[in-house]
Amino acid sequence: MSGVRVLVGTRKGAFVLTADGTRTSWDVAGPLFAGWEIYHMTGSPADPDRLYASQSSGWFGQQIQRSGDGGASWEQVSNRFEYDGVPGTHQWYDGTPHPWEFARVWHLEPSPADPDTVYAGVEDAALFRTHDGGKEWQELPGLRGHGSGSKWQPGAGGMCLHTIVLDPADPQRIFVAISAAGAFRSDDGGVGWQPINRGLRSGGIPDPDAEVGHCVHRIAMHPSRPDVLFMQKHWDVMRTDDAGESWHEISGDLPSDFGFPIAVHPHEPDTVYVVPITSDSYHFPPDGRLRVYRSRTGGGAWEPLSDGLPQEHCYVNVLRDAMAVDSLEEPGIYFGTTGGQVYGSADAGDSWTPIVRDLPAVLSVEVQTLP
Amino acid sequence: MSGPSTVRVRLPTHLRTLVRIDGEVRLEVAGPLTTRSVLDALEARYPGLRGTIRDAATLERRPFVRFFACEEDLSLEPPDAPLPAAVGTGAEPLLIVGAMAGG
Repeated sequence: MSGVRVLVGTRKGAFVLTADGTRTSWDVAGPLFAGWEIYHMTGSPADPDRLYASQSSGWFGQQIQRSGDGGASWEQVSNRFEYDGVPGTHQWYDGTPHPWEFARVWHLEPSPADPDTVYAGVEDAALFRTHDGGKEWQELPGLRGHGSGSKWQPGAGGMCLHTIVLDPADPQRIFVAISAAGAFRSDDGGVGWQPINRGLRSGGIPDPDAEVGHCVHRIAMHPSRPDVLFMQKHWDVMRTDDAGESWHEISGDLPSDFGFPIAVHPHEPDTVYVVPITSDSYHFPPDGRLRVYRSRTGGGAWEPLSDGLPQEHCYVNVLRDAMAVDSLEEPGIYFGTTGGQVYGSADAGDSWTPIVRDLPAVLSVEVQTLP
Repeated sequence: MSGPSTVRVRLPTHLRTLVRIDGEVRLEVAGPLTTRSVLDALEARYPGLRGTIRDAATLERRPFVRFFACEEDLSLEPPDAPLPAAVGTGAEPLLIVGAMAGG
């Protein structure tokens, strides 16, 4: 019988939640790497037993851990992330030049075809890649070097490359997003890059049509339609139908268009999920009611999904990497909160149950659909 | 010329779990006994510690890591400064400590 494995990264370790295809009874394992921050843990689409985790600490720096047996055992691989050449400067919060400094790996994106090839998005923003399962990481310097890098500025959480979307139909095409620089696309396997932010409007920057400077929070794609991307921006939920050449707003009737994660239904390319948050000043759900919003129309019209979620006194946040969908016939949706809950829905969001309630603050949630 | 020193090194919990060791580490350190020579020997024995105590490229101490021995804070000493004699005899350990920071 098929099953799922939910990989949860938290402020104080990682947890692995497993269930069979009914997703009614869960086994909870962890904490792995107890006491360390796990910004992201994910599996290879090419080999579900191959897992990678970004383990970090303000005291002891960055580690990358790798498992070859589905998380039963782990080994350290390289923690060397060195910028290509002289890193130069980006803008600091006050607009002054600030040297590029590596802080941590925010996101790991394994290749769909090769378990040893993985992309890493890091803070300060850059894209790295390994071809040997993490033993060596090389920067793809064309991203920082394409021309606008000296104008990039950090968001409140740091200047992080947090989203990497690989086009399943075209191995040469890669999308990334950086807070607070914006979205970028490569059409040649990561050598050359262009900003793809036309149509984004950001009120907090002097030129609302600027090429860079937009605080993109997350991008999601349905694999059957790689030219269509959905974006949760600092404010605004956006959509492009031409691989980022132009964006238009699809916030529609959302109670707030501020938020962090965005996800797409695995079988319905126009069914999209977001978790509205009150505002940039209030990182908790409107009215203390935790509701996922689903659009079945590719945006514009949204319905609240609240069955099983707390509808009073709820003041948690859901971070950008903390929502995932499995690919079972009736798909499961999962998200984790800064309050340590991981909620799951086995009916595409119609109803929710907490899988665990009292973990450390959740930084990331991924799910693997197992045969 | 004296032979190698046997040095006791005590690591913080998170680094012990990272490289899967219990208790203190005992290291044979040849030549002048300094934080640099001890860390060189420590990282040679446990390559997984590279980059965790000092920067892997510059070898500078990470900001929130401190070195204590014989009730002295040696963190700001040059890396080639001699360690106290009691560390060289094994009477006292070199303590590698995660600094108190945050809340």
